[in-house]
Amino acid sequence: MDHVQLAKGLLLADPWTIPPDPQQAPDQAAEYNQQVTRFCTDLCNLHNQNPNQLLQILIRIQYRFGWVPYAAQSILSNDLKIAIGEIRAVIAFYSFLSSEFQGRYRILLSSNITDYMLGLDNVITACQTHLKLSPGTVREDFKCSLELTSCTGLCDQGPAGLINGYPIKHLDEHRICELAQLVDAGTPFNQWPEEWFEIDCGIKQSGTLLNTHIQPGNAISKWLDKEPETFLEEMKQSGLRGRGGAGFNTYEKLWAACRNASGDQHYVVCNADEGEPGTFKDRVLLQNHFQQVIEGMTLAAWVVGAKQGFVYLRAEYAFLLDQLNQQLERYRQKGWLGKAIGGCLDFDIQIHMGAGAYVCGEESALIESLEGKRGIPRVRPPFPVECGYLQQPTLVNNVETFACVTAIAMAGAEQFAQCGTVKSSGSKIHSISGDCSRPGVYEWPWGISIREVLHQCGGENAAAVQIGGPAGILLPKSQFDRTLAFEDLPTGGSLMVFGNHRSPIDIVSNFAQFFAHESCGFCAPCRVGCRQMQHFCQQLQDRQIGSSDLESMKTLIPLMTQLSHCGLGKTAPLAIQALFEHWPELIKEAETTTDGLSFDLQKAVADTIAATELQP
Amino acid sequence: MSQVLTIDGKDLAFDSGDTLFDVAQAQGIYIPHLCHHPDYPPQGNCKLCTVDVDGQSKCACTTQAETGMSVQTDSTTLTEYRRALTELLFSEGNHHCPGCERSGNCQLQATAYAQGMTYSSFKLLNPQRQIDASHPSVLLDRDRCILCGLCVRASAQEGKHIFTIAGRGSDSTLAVNSDSGLLADTNLSAEDRATQVCPVGALMVKQQGFRIPIGQRIYDQGTIDDLGNRRPQYHSPKSKTARIAGDSDD
Repeated sequence: MDHVQLAKGLLLADPWTIPPDPQQAPDQAAEYNQQVTRFCTDLCNLHNQNPNQLLQILIRIQYRFGWVPYAAQSILSNDLKIAIGEIRAVIAFYSFLSSEFQGRYRILLSSNITDYMLGLDNVITACQTHLKLSPGTVREDFKCSLELTSCTGLCDQGPAGLINGYPIKHLDEHRICELAQLVDAGTPFNQWPEEWFEIDCGIKQSGTLLNTHIQPGNAISKWLDKEPETFLEEMKQSGLRGRGGAGFNTYEKLWAACRNASGDQHYVVCNADEGEPGTFKDRVLLQNHFQQVIEGMTLAAWVVGAKQGFVYLRAEYAFLLDQLNQQLERYRQKGWLGKAIGGCLDFDIQIHMGAGAYVCGEESALIESLEGKRGIPRVRPPFPVECGYLQQPTLVNNVETFACVTAIAMAGAEQFAQCGTVKSSGSKIHSISGDCSRPGVYEWPWGISIREVLHQCGGENAAAVQIGGPAGILLPKSQFDRTLAFEDLPTGGSLMVFGNHRSPIDIVSNFAQFFAHESCGFCAPCRVGCRQMQHFCQQLQDRQIGSSDLESMKTLIPLMTQLSHCGLGKTAPLAIQALFEHWPELIKEAETTTDGLSFDLQKAVADTIAATELQP
Repeated sequence: MSQVLTIDGKDLAFDSGDTLFDVAQAQGIYIPHLCHHPDYPPQGNCKLCTVDVDGQSKCACTTQAETGMSVQTDSTTLTEYRRALTELLFSEGNHHCPGCERSGNCQLQATAYAQGMTYSSFKLLNPQRQIDASHPSVLLDRDRCILCGLCVRASAQEGKHIFTIAGRGSDSTLAVNSDSGLLADTNLSAEDRATQVCPVGALMVKQQGFRIPIGQRIYDQGTIDDLGNRRPQYHSPKSKTARIAGDSDD
């Protein structure tokens, strides 16, 4: 097999090149296993039998065969010297990998609250009618399967989904009906209507970052003839804070710390695992402004002394992989990546695919995933800047942060910090979705009020907004004068607008479901707590809250916030907490009159009644 | 010069590299825990050993001791959290103490008693999990597994690497590293530390049920708070001298 060919083109244009699972065609089993063996052996060779590449190899196998066949697991175990149980453990961790055949067309529907608000329920019903598929099932003819998946980053174009990794937007009954016909006819994707797959950038308001389009080397060349310290000083002056959400001072917490940390190698990682539901601004930066990201990473590498960089790209954005690789290649050809950049710097960037796990947005989980393992957040300290990828000092910054670095390199710290607030310098890109007439991507200086945001995006009728995604802040109308800034409302860039007609309980329940699905399961407070929150929300929706349920939830919220291992568990209860704070009357309404009985007797014995025709 | 921190008001000296758990243990101070065993690298997944360090919640088994730290191992809030955490662990699996062979030797049960837990105020999730009875002398009952990962670490240290945690979230399971995924196809033995270290009844040595009557087991003789880290030891079915004894391994 051609290795060059193997290295590119993750997504298949024609699902019919996926061979049928040998269970359906037992006579072809021998040939199938041969094909799997050849493909896996080649892949392992391509990756030099490096066990850190396990995840990358598994993803390719998944797309190629529609699952990770048993035969593949054994070959990887042999070639990469990883116990087979560990390989299965990794497969079971990531949503996009499966150890069962998922059919030739694998349909994933984005299940963010905004998708539901745009009619996801109808889409699911349409799938049942036209595709004969319910979520979580593979069709009997093994042609297709359907699953709900966490937000795919197309909230302004939803209900959205992915089919074999290709994003598909504006789903409705009509589109599902047409899609069902194409699936039944076995049509390759290149014969599907192109406009279904055309993903708009949806830029509604541009600022410093989105107005900039650079040519290869523009930012790097300005600095490489100086000392790295001069640029580090520029970073310090800029006051730049991380754009991923936590808002650490980029200079102090990361760049300076990583530069000063000792190690055999230093690494620079771009966190493009934009998993926070409602966020899609990094997708737009990758689609339209990847040069700025590349140059920001290169400058970071120059300052901290890294030779190797990684872009950790979330599985949902696999459709961008070819385009991003082409840009990296263009940079290499022009001498702005690779050996002796500007005559003095060796640095290259590799794109590493995620495989569907929100927790991998947490930097230490991301690093575990980079090493090919399950994405379990590490114990910190030590922090990645000292002990990260392969135990070496590793700088992890968000996509937008690197774009900001380029902006600082181009215009200087002073110019960069001219907009924004004292503690939040520069501009911020926001992904706006939900109940507003102009959803999309907006870039504003830090410090803009929610009221102004809503005015600009056409969301004047909002009753609440969710800032920073489910892990962020659910803000009622009474607080719309507050501002987006690290000193008031910090955000990673997700802003979902909810109109008067939306139920806060539904919103919070959707988030609880999300966290229960995405908890990594490492620590008890988060693993079990998220499930209990999900159950509590179900009781809220069923109006079956007992007084003891309220008590245990009031203990659980601070317990998770205080005791969870990482940010996921610490932030997961925030939305429920907001519900208690701002909408106590809704919780009161959901309390049952039968005190102490937090279940519906009729419902609980429904099966028995049906079977025996007896009434309790 | 030795370094000093304060635990529960007492000034204690410690060596570089000690965790808060190490320092407390050296002084005989018991901090509730399930996923930690001093013979193995700490993971900090059960979070029961969370203590208050200068106003912040920190996991005692994974936090490095630092000079000047002021540590509180107990408070009303910590007790409440620990009880709720224990309830969460009970709610997550299928724990039927009255019918469980590990009753009286079980650290989860003993922890629950010590914290005055009488029932789980959380919804019992009643998961469906697979039992692996394939091995001649060890039973793997995942219903009782709390995913502490001690068997994973112990087996790795023994060079056998028999166990691993697979999957994600509440679907995480204790998985077996064999082609079939079954214990029978591994070289696990009843004497392995991996078998012995289980704090609950997820891994049990077969053919020795109720050899020690209930009422005479380790945590029947005192609370886990008093007994500290003493653990039961289980002998192989072949052993003639099979007896469960308090093992002061730490």
